[in-house]
Amino acid sequence: MRVEDNGTGLPPEHIPLCFGQVFYGSKYTLKQARGTFGLGGTITILYGQITTHKPVTIASSTGGEIHEYELMIDIARNRPLILKHNVIENKKSWRGTAVELQLEGDFSRIKSRLLDYLKQTAMVNPYADITFVDPGGRLYKFERGTEKMPPLPQPVKPHPHGIDVENFRRLVSITEAKTMKAFMMEHFQGVGQKTAEKFLKKAKVGLKTKPNSLVPEDIVRLVRTAREFNDFQRPDPSCLSPIGEELMETGVRKELDLQEGDFLKVVTRKPATYLGFPFIVEAAVATGPSIRKQFKGGGNIIRFANRIPLLFDESSGVVWKVVNRNINWSTYKVSSDTPIVIVVHVCSTKIPYKTVGKEYMADQPEVEREITNAIRTAARSLRVYISRGIRIARERRRLGIFEKYLPKIAEFSTKLADREEPPEIEPLINAVSARLPEVEEKIKEVPTIAGETT
Amino acid sequence: MQEKPHREAERQREATETSLKQLGNLIYEQIQNREFPWVMMQSRSTDNIIYDPELRQYILGPRTIRRHARNIRHIRPFTQLVWTSWFAKELVKLRKTSTLREVYYSARGQRDIEFSGQPESDNIITDLEVALNRPREDFGIFPEERSAIFGDLTVEYTVPGYEGRRMNLTDHPDGVMIGPAITSSEFVETSVDKVLVIEKGAMFTRLIEERAHERFNALLIHTAGQSPRSTRNIIHRLNKNHDLPVYVFTDGDPWGIHIAMVIISGSANAAHLRGLATPEARWIGVWGTDIIDYKLPTENLTENDLKRLKELKTDPRYKEDIWQREIDVFLKISKKAELEAFSRYGLTYIVDEYLPAKLEDV
Repeated sequence: MRVEDNGTGLPPEHIPLCFGQVFYGSKYTLKQARGTFGLGGTITILYGQITTHKPVTIASSTGGEIHEYELMIDIARNRPLILKHNVIENKKSWRGTAVELQLEGDFSRIKSRLLDYLKQTAMVNPYADITFVDPGGRLYKFERGTEKMPPLPQPVKPHPHGIDVENFRRLVSITEAKTMKAFMMEHFQGVGQKTAEKFLKKAKVGLKTKPNSLVPEDIVRLVRTAREFNDFQRPDPSCLSPIGEELMETGVRKELDLQEGDFLKVVTRKPATYLGFPFIVEAAVATGPSIRKQFKGGGNIIRFANRIPLLFDESSGVVWKVVNRNINWSTYKVSSDTPIVIVVHVCSTKIPYKTVGKEYMADQPEVEREITNAIRTAARSLRVYISRGIRIARERRRLGIFEKYLPKIAEFSTKLADREEPPEIEPLINAVSARLPEVEEKIKEVPTIAGETT
Repeated sequence: MQEKPHREAERQREATETSLKQLGNLIYEQIQNREFPWVMMQSRSTDNIIYDPELRQYILGPRTIRRHARNIRHIRPFTQLVWTSWFAKELVKLRKTSTLREVYYSARGQRDIEFSGQPESDNIITDLEVALNRPREDFGIFPEERSAIFGDLTVEYTVPGYEGRRMNLTDHPDGVMIGPAITSSEFVETSVDKVLVIEKGAMFTRLIEERAHERFNALLIHTAGQSPRSTRNIIHRLNKNHDLPVYVFTDGDPWGIHIAMVIISGSANAAHLRGLATPEARWIGVWGTDIIDYKLPTENLTENDLKRLKELKTDPRYKEDIWQREIDVFLKISKKAELEAFSRYGLTYIVDEYLPAKLEDV
């Protein structure tokens, strides 16, 4: 397997640890990121190594020379074993990272999931060009639909509501603050002088206590007290990077192959929080002839967490619950055989995964409510679209009835009157069809609903 | 009685054909004038069906409706009406007759206008009757034959192939089926002085066997339940044109009573037609009082029977004393008796004792 990007590249000194050590990286600030522990990439390399016992090759450049490493992982000591390190002249000014490794896998079994993964990744990263060549040599391209990118997330300090004992302990161990008051103000967001004093008093920890003198019981008490303390400011959402309505529309339209006449509505909710973690829900609802071609009737769910597609255990997740339990689709004139696609993206510094495998999101009440509201907002536009569709279908049916019966009336009245030539019915049909273009015009307006501010 | 009855029938036929053709022309010209075609007719909705005490039958009130092809709900029945008119005209032109059921089936295969069931086609035929103010028998459309007639009446046929041919209705001992041929025939000669109408086939056969037609000098007509319109029309003609009194003899229950009443005063369904009611006809039994007087074997009235009796009591056609009296008796004794109940006293009792007594009474 070879994976290559044209990103910023890695500083050469970090490369062996990034790829050759599990749990590399220590974060004392928070921002929305794809991974949490720095586990995914290394685990893949590890899996390749234990199934084929072949080294991994990494090449990366930040613009200058290309550094190429061949390494394996010393599993017992969790350290990289560097087999080769070449520095190569970068004639073409290449920038990015390439990783090549061998692993055992059953491609035919995973093929459709893999393609789903790439397609959905392209959906929420519409500024990315994705090219995939499968083991049979077949080329798949997911081309970018825009050059715009959403703003990058800003790193922020953790919020006291969201800190756990382990992270608190880590902060205590690295802090240079001399007092607990200074410690609270320096390492947490939304904590000023007064809040720090009030909080520490409640936690029964002296303002001047030295952080490194805290015993484990103190730390546990501080963390517990923080959860129940309500005077902190709301978590800062600038650490989040929602896709945004415009880009999400581009991505969904592109990957669902929506055409003129299809319906798409994208909603980005305002930031919200649960348990001290800020999060933003974005949702898109699509339907129309193009959707009917690709999907079966009913709600088809596509889920993302921090722009990562969630492919497994759909019916256990919160989105499934919202779509199938919380929302009464008949309110929006959606019948059970209407195929609709519901896309939900949750971004947060901590996605409320239900399991360690991160297969699906739990029904955390605040998150569930935001998802419900996002889909409802989109569904209100859907209702307008469907009503118009029903109206135009009714108009067409009306016209169809006249087109069916008027010729018969003409035929049999001619016979009844003992005449030869039937009378002209075109003027009558023209009269009843006059209203149709007007209604059809209206239906064309509908897709512009997507992107309207709500 | 007329010399050349089939000429009269021929004239009727031509008039019907002309009115159908006129309807065709009307619609044709409306379309030519770039107008959605429409037909005006009297409304047949219940609030436009009025009892006329003078005519002693139901008639249609003044309200009219337009069947309009511009109306999305009307265009299908309108198309069916035009098709049915054409079908009727073919029947008239080819001197053929058909049944309501056949009309329903003939539209099969006429894509988009075929009837969803016989009630739909029956309804369109009634529309046509109202629109042209002619009974469907004029268009050659008859109900299924089930009713019969027997007795000394000579008829002259007008149907194709039989024009001018005569027959006496005593020729066949089972009675003669009242079909299109009898309905369209002329009544040439008769020696009877009354008409006896019986609801049930078994009793009709018994009366023939017991030579009741001779003993009472009567024509016997069997309605087979609620009389078909052609039978009611024959009763009407015998009474009106030939001055024959009509006596109706039914089961002694609300359903039998109403069979008699429809012969006398017509039905709401046929409010648009004349010549079906025979207000002079008399219902002679089986009455509630007969059940008591003759000690007839009875059955109890069911819930349904009682409900129906109460409906009849408020029906304007039942205003006269005899009906009110008998309905009250039935309600009081809460019993009913069939015509066959007289068999208790032997098979000939009804002819030997009951009928003579009843006819004497009236």
